[in-house]
Amino acid sequence: MSELAIKVRGLKTAYGTHVVHENLDLDMRRGEVLGVIGPSGTGKSVLLRAIVGLKTPAEGDVHVFGEDVIHLQSEDHSALQRLWGIMFQDGALFSNLTVRENVMVPMKEHSNLPLRLMKELADQKIRMSGLETWAGRKYPSDLSGGMRKRAALARALALDPPLLFLDEPTAGLDPITAAGFDQLIRDLQKSLGLTVFLVTHDVDTLAVTCDRIAVLGEKSILAIGTMDELRRETHPWIQNYFGGPRGRGAIMGAG
Amino acid sequence: MLRPGEQSSTPAFEYFGGDRPRLVLQGAWVVSTLADQDGKLRELVDGQGQSGLAELDLNGLETIDTAGAFLIDRVLRGFASGEPKIVGGTPEALSLLSQARVLATQEEHAPPVHEEGHGFIDLLERTGRNAEHMWQEFMETLSFLGGTILAISTVLWRPAKMRWTALVSVMEDAGLDAVPIIAFLSFFVGMVVAFIGATTLAQFGATIFVVELVGFGVLRELGGVLVAIIIAGRTNSAFTAQIGAMKMRQEIDAMQTLGLDPMHVIVAPRVLAMMIMVPVLTFIGMLTAIAGGMTVGWLVLDINPTVFFNRMQDSVPIDQFWIGMSKAPVFGLAIALIGCRQGLEVGGSVQSLGHHTTKSVVQALFSIIVIDALFAIFYMELGI
Repeated sequence: MSELAIKVRGLKTAYGTHVVHENLDLDMRRGEVLGVIGPSGTGKSVLLRAIVGLKTPAEGDVHVFGEDVIHLQSEDHSALQRLWGIMFQDGALFSNLTVRENVMVPMKEHSNLPLRLMKELADQKIRMSGLETWAGRKYPSDLSGGMRKRAALARALALDPPLLFLDEPTAGLDPITAAGFDQLIRDLQKSLGLTVFLVTHDVDTLAVTCDRIAVLGEKSILAIGTMDELRRETHPWIQNYFGGPRGRGAIMGAG
Repeated sequence: MLRPGEQSSTPAFEYFGGDRPRLVLQGAWVVSTLADQDGKLRELVDGQGQSGLAELDLNGLETIDTAGAFLIDRVLRGFASGEPKIVGGTPEALSLLSQARVLATQEEHAPPVHEEGHGFIDLLERTGRNAEHMWQEFMETLSFLGGTILAISTVLWRPAKMRWTALVSVMEDAGLDAVPIIAFLSFFVGMVVAFIGATTLAQFGATIFVVELVGFGVLRELGGVLVAIIIAGRTNSAFTAQIGAMKMRQEIDAMQTLGLDPMHVIVAPRVLAMMIMVPVLTFIGMLTAIAGGMTVGWLVLDINPTVFFNRMQDSVPIDQFWIGMSKAPVFGLAIALIGCRQGLEVGGSVQSLGHHTTKSVVQALFSIIVIDALFAIFYMELGI
């Protein structure tokens, strides 16, 4: 059993002639929260998609829990899918299902639990993500943006996956809700021992939740390390990011 | 937690009754292994719930996740007595159990929900509501017609406000690109009409009347209605889907805040384009349908095209052509109107998009038939 949750080697992704990543290496340990930051358009979301197998890379290998994601047979791939939960940027909830039915989708697909228990569990997950039980009866279009994000988190957590991918979980939320969300992720991570891959722009989220931070840029990983280590980096973008007014504020707040 | 290649041991429990009832848990209580335990635990709580539980033994527990914690906590809540003493268990297991308790007993501040019933009275209620809804739809479509006429007159009054690019692009999409299918289908319908005539009229030795049959039938009714139905299926649904998707992505809202009136930007060009193109398509449809009838006449009935044309000129008055053509702009108006209105009605969900697209096509077909019937009565009263 590999000690690395995610191992990426020599990854190259491209859309047509536009190369997004080239020769990208990334190691993610078990049980850590890794924040991924970088200027817009450096392919943070593309990296996430490449790791979960939604985007086939042009070159390179991706291993999740020691399994080769790219060359996996479909049954093994389905087994691997049970081990991760993904929360997409704008929720990506199925709009023809209620929130509770959305949370039940992975349970129905990957487990043989009795329907009644599934419903009870789905309600529990909905409460766990910080919503009230009645929200489960609503359709996603009836919910506010923040509630949709929480519902999406509930669906990502449906099967208690050891690995959680979050794509900009706090984007578009007010600071108080965002802070609540950061705390929620941290609490869940502690109580369930999750490994979390977190794509974000939010310096506050990084300061509160992340063990290590990877900076994407120039088609690869510019730097990876704890916040303190990154602040000593000399790359101008990283200097700007953590040295700017927002970065300093977040660091002071966290310290 | 289960990882690839690892096998979790099956969970099991044992209940010891007596003075100090004990529940002993063993194995891995995780989401992938719990399926069988749910029913057994429900039975246990139903049977022994009153006798209470004094002790919960977690020494044999290997792993647990939130699903397992929820299940165990549900059992504890099911027993009548107070909190049992918990023996053993890792700190993680205990924290998951206490978390499950906090979540499960969370108070609900739910807004009241109206549950739809399925009894006879509810059926009557739904029927009544649907009937009223149909009437409202009709009134709203009429008011939309008024709004559209207003928008079109504004646009015609001040041509600078007209989106000429949009108009031309809709004319190409909905008009020019539809020519092949219209020509093709009309040709075959013309052939079918001629065949029906050929078999029936041959019994009287009056096959030459095929010319009248094709002439009257195609010019007065079939040409126009056929084109309208094809356009209702092809363009009307496209309008609803396009505008509905724009509505879902808040493009319509953005338009309004930028001071653009959707009636001018979206509805007017589409309605105008359809009012221009449906007559053109109808004309093409009529020509090809007559060509189809003529082909059958020539190949099957030995009616020479020259004879066919001469007879048509003599016995089919030009009025019939104008009757057919006079309906075309009205069909175009109705189709574009319904397509645009249903598109603007789309709400936030994918389901509502599908619902309104269906509704749009159904209403368009319905209105085509009704309008055609109204025209028929009108011209009959005029005696044409």
